[in-house]
Amino acid sequence: MTQLPLPPDLPLPSATPSLAGEALRRRRWLRVPAAWRQPLAAVGLAVVGAWVVIAVFAPLIGPSNPLAQSYGILAAPSSAHWFGTDELGRDVLSRVLSGARITLPLSVLLVVLAMLIGAVIGALAGFFGGWVDNVLMRLADLFFAFPGIILAMAVAAALGPQLRNAVIAVVAVSWPSYARLVRSLVLAARNAPYVTASRMLGASGWRVMLTEIRPNISGPVLVLGALDIGNAVLLLSGLSFLGLGAQPPTAEWGAMVAEGTLNFNDWWVGTFPGLAILTVVLAFNFIGDALRDVLDPRTARAVRLS
Amino acid sequence: MSALLEVENLTVALPTRAGYRNAVDDLSLTVGLGEVVGIAGESGSGKTMTALSLFGLLPNGARVTGSARLDGTDLLALRGRRLRDVRGRQVAMVSQDPSASLHPILTIGTQLTEHMRHHLGVSKSEAATRAAALLDTVRIPDPEQALGAYPGQFSGGMRQRIAIAVALAAEPRLLVADEPTTALDVTVQAGILRLLDRLCRERDLSVIVITHDLGVMSALARRVYVMYAGRLAEAGDTSRLLTRPRHPYTRGLLDALPHPEAGQAALVPIGGTPPSLGAVPGGCPFHPRCAYAEASCQETRPAAVQASGETGPHLLACPPDPLRELS
Repeated sequence: MTQLPLPPDLPLPSATPSLAGEALRRRRWLRVPAAWRQPLAAVGLAVVGAWVVIAVFAPLIGPSNPLAQSYGILAAPSSAHWFGTDELGRDVLSRVLSGARITLPLSVLLVVLAMLIGAVIGALAGFFGGWVDNVLMRLADLFFAFPGIILAMAVAAALGPQLRNAVIAVVAVSWPSYARLVRSLVLAARNAPYVTASRMLGASGWRVMLTEIRPNISGPVLVLGALDIGNAVLLLSGLSFLGLGAQPPTAEWGAMVAEGTLNFNDWWVGTFPGLAILTVVLAFNFIGDALRDVLDPRTARAVRLS
Repeated sequence: MSALLEVENLTVALPTRAGYRNAVDDLSLTVGLGEVVGIAGESGSGKTMTALSLFGLLPNGARVTGSARLDGTDLLALRGRRLRDVRGRQVAMVSQDPSASLHPILTIGTQLTEHMRHHLGVSKSEAATRAAALLDTVRIPDPEQALGAYPGQFSGGMRQRIAIAVALAAEPRLLVADEPTTALDVTVQAGILRLLDRLCRERDLSVIVITHDLGVMSALARRVYVMYAGRLAEAGDTSRLLTRPRHPYTRGLLDALPHPEAGQAALVPIGGTPPSLGAVPGGCPFHPRCAYAEASCQETRPAAVQASGETGPHLLACPPDPLRELS
């Protein structure tokens, strides 16, 4: 065996990464990603944007106080009351507009809460494994064993019919899907060679979790969250529809639709809040799809192929 | 040369279905200051387990006995914070797959400076300066730009250089290179070897090279430990060991290498396969595959002792010593 001859120590010919990196950065900051230029994504953004503006300025935009009653009960849509009035003579338009102030922030809040709780539980389960994993995931399975709306009803009914309790109920039924997702992502990332490499460089468990694993899971979790907001709106309005959420006289879309079913011949009472729910849910789903195309191209491709 | 790392009677037992089995069995080795030492052997011979035990990163349930003293501190006894302070700062590792050991969505700069700042306590700008200098040392063109780039923007050879830079960032004293060139093509391989060679001369860095490629070994390592089934088969000076192997297994590894002067002569494989963890044969673990096996080889497990007739230190775990006459 002879000594292996070594070539002189010169830089090896290679492509310069800097140019590609520069172009990539410029495109990322100056241009809107292709996914957001899809018509549906633009519609979703526009609709949600409009609803946010409405929610913020509802008292200014609304023609009257959403709780103010008048003698003209169940009046059909007219120039005075664009969306008509309900059984107590309240202006439906004003009520629909002010309903955005309840539904939008609460839906976002409860998705964020469910995301946080689910992510922490899922991350603990995936990271520690063993009995921690077993206990936490069986707990999640327990929540999965009931249909979401039934469990939410039970929780809301047990806590008492109140908007706050409805939010708690929806959070209680929606965290397990985040826990499952985060756990599977953590499991996949935990044994990646670069995670071992960072441990070898002296990273602690927390640091590994926050700097090495977190970037791998934040994309899919955000996508799930965005897609879930629509669901949250539906669940929350559903609970109010059943009388377990917002209580009269609060202007809440689900509760208003419930009123509409009592006055079925006066179609405007239930239709307009129903349309409000429809547009918000649809818009959030469009945004969720676009977000998935941006943050999670792999799943997006799989979905498109299927 | 004073010893930086002294591993004594290292035994790593891994849980298998049939109970605990030794993946590393009573291994002792030393690495001097600024010395490059090789560990050779087939897959499954315990090379990587030896390395992982130095970092306290063995698979769950593994049992370790023996000691591994780095400058007097037993690495195997460290826990928690003190262990993390040693990882990266005292010992660092370069793994075999350059693309996998870098985080795909963090910039090179982040990955180079994070542990540097933690271990050395330098400021952000200081760390960036050092990182750029480090990339320059490993011959990455345009280091300043490279700090902001992602691993995917580099070729495999460059990524391996970057991985080496990451390992060196906190100025460790011992670098463990686990098959540092397996995933690379031959020209890039030579560049990496040259780089490691230069680094350990310039920085007084001690290196353990783990490889099954004896060509790589001869280019880098001064001394080689040959492992088989978790046990030391033979250890000694690289040039001596590779020209006049005393253990039949070392001989087998050499015969299985292509040789430029041999022309069309067929390579001689070692018959059989290395034993799995659960089925290491009794006696000398190599005896079922050994052409020189005697009856006594099935009885007693040979220990590595100084080989007779060698002037320098040369450990051999083969009592019949059939190759003595040839050397």
